[in-house]
Amino acid sequence: MALGDRWSNPFCNFIVDRDQDRCIQCQVCVNQCPYEANFYRALDDTVVSDHALCTGCHRCKALCPTSCITIRLNPSEFRPHAVWTERDIKNAYLQAETGSIILTGIGCDRDYPIYFDHILLDACQVTNPSIDPLREPMELRTYLGRKPEAVEFEFRDGKPRLKTQLYPQLTLEVPVMFSAMSYGAVNLNFCEGLSRVATEAGTYWNTGEGGLHPDLYQYGKHTIVQVASGRFGVNKDYLDVAAAIEIKIGQGAKPGIGGHLPGEKVTAEVSRTRMIPVGSDALSPAPQHDIYSIEDLRLLIYALKEATEYTKPVSVKIAAVHNSAAIASGIVRAGADIVAIDGLRGATGAAPAMIRDHVGIPIELALASVDQRLRDEGIRHQASIVAAGGFRNSADVVKAIALGADAVYIGTAAMVAVGCTLCQKCYTGKCPWGITTNEPSLAKRLNPDIAAERLYNLLRGWALEIKDFMGAMGINAIESLRGNRERLRGLHLTDRELNILGIKHAGE
Amino acid sequence: MKRVYPREEVCMGCKLCEVACIVEHSLSKDIIKAYKEERPRTLSRARVEEEGPVSFSIMCRHCIDPECLEACITGALYRVNGDGPVLVDPRRCVGCWMCVMACPYGSIELDSRNGRRVISKCDLCPDRRMPACVDACPNRALFYEER
Repeated sequence: MALGDRWSNPFCNFIVDRDQDRCIQCQVCVNQCPYEANFYRALDDTVVSDHALCTGCHRCKALCPTSCITIRLNPSEFRPHAVWTERDIKNAYLQAETGSIILTGIGCDRDYPIYFDHILLDACQVTNPSIDPLREPMELRTYLGRKPEAVEFEFRDGKPRLKTQLYPQLTLEVPVMFSAMSYGAVNLNFCEGLSRVATEAGTYWNTGEGGLHPDLYQYGKHTIVQVASGRFGVNKDYLDVAAAIEIKIGQGAKPGIGGHLPGEKVTAEVSRTRMIPVGSDALSPAPQHDIYSIEDLRLLIYALKEATEYTKPVSVKIAAVHNSAAIASGIVRAGADIVAIDGLRGATGAAPAMIRDHVGIPIELALASVDQRLRDEGIRHQASIVAAGGFRNSADVVKAIALGADAVYIGTAAMVAVGCTLCQKCYTGKCPWGITTNEPSLAKRLNPDIAAERLYNLLRGWALEIKDFMGAMGINAIESLRGNRERLRGLHLTDRELNILGIKHAGE
Repeated sequence: MKRVYPREEVCMGCKLCEVACIVEHSLSKDIIKAYKEERPRTLSRARVEEEGPVSFSIMCRHCIDPECLEACITGALYRVNGDGPVLVDPRRCVGCWMCVMACPYGSIELDSRNGRRVISKCDLCPDRRMPACVDACPNRALFYEER
């Protein structure tokens, strides 16, 4: 292709703006761009860029030693049209060229209301004292799992002993866990970072449906293993080594859609872990074909409990959809110890853009309705609720817990902590930040030591902030915040929305 | 003694170590001036070796028994304090490049930029606490430590 042609794409999203007065032709941007948007032109000893190939990942900008690169949105605009946005036009062009489904990565990026941003938290003033978390103990410990109807004690040797046999529990020192991200979709360096930090920080990471790499068995006590529709990597050791087992019915980014790991990402190590041939596409069916009803789900839950001798909690993960509350009730009655609900904004490595952006409901509404339904039915204690999908900061976590979650899952936030800039190109397998790629030359960009440090810092920062929020509310144990919707107020919400969220409007 | 050790598993071949080395050993120590104005441009004493996904930055190992030092016919190469870094005195170097032939790591650069043949090699950045390449590595693929 002639150079002239490569410059000719007028519809590119980004412009690589290079200050040639500062560019030293060191070519760091050239060797760092996996999409080959930057290249060296020997003719006049200049580094130039093909804007059409830029995905806006900012990798070149981040590593440029002279800060000579600025990535800009292409200011060239289509003729304004209130109905046909630039996204619609470009998508139509793309499909006219390819005739296929438009793929994307990360979570829904559309401008739907984020209810967390319309919920405000309470604080103590005068009539009840706030607590200084730096001076007084604050309890973030959370137990996930089925709780008994009542506890009975007996006195033995003059000391009270618990008579009731407790169900297996997960113990979280901070109510934030790492969401399911499969080895294959993300690489082993990232999995190692997650598993090390989960172990160190006293929380859990989730294998997703990619199986558990032998190197990570040592972190089994802080690992939730997933049993998904493809059953990749599921075997006895996998179940035995884990702290808990999660049955994946759906995920927020693509409710009702199975997984698709392209064959290019199935390297020898991935193939060994998933127990599939090298280079073969790993296709998870949309449903679990042995689960067509709550009764079927019960069979699998108890099959897994039997297989692990009732020593670990079983979680069921669903995407937040219209009937989440009724479905969650069924899941709890089927014997699940944890219900994980993944909202509309939950992310993925690859999903059809239309599904990602238009299917599911926001986690805030699903969470509130599930919690309320389980309370109304008197079965809330039979399972813990884990909320997922779109948690950006500690305030979101605190609000979710007050809405009724026991803990939350974070996925995107963890990726952002190690460099992700949400370029949404995970599905290409060429992640410039070395996260969602198994290409050895790219995967080594993620140093597991650095990843672990950064993830640990993120969790630590959030934990400190959660304690601050609790202190301000005069609460010294996170248990007292759970489902405590009285400490929440809505802003700019309709009566209907407030009703579903179960909160009052600010000022009430 | 402390040396710079590469970690091949996390070297991503960005070559910022080479950039940092050039800047540190330039006259101005200013990245723009070092590249755009100073002529001849300073040579990097670190070099990233690459083959497929394998890459690492290599520079003088400051060997315990340096073969370059044995090979030097003028005594231009010397060792600081008996077991310190291996350095070169460019005034004594006659550009025979025997050290270049002797170095098993290929870590001595030929330098004939000023019309006179000398060599250029890693000096572990005497003006800095941490060699520039180690500081510049964005992925901690270089360590400066005793082993």
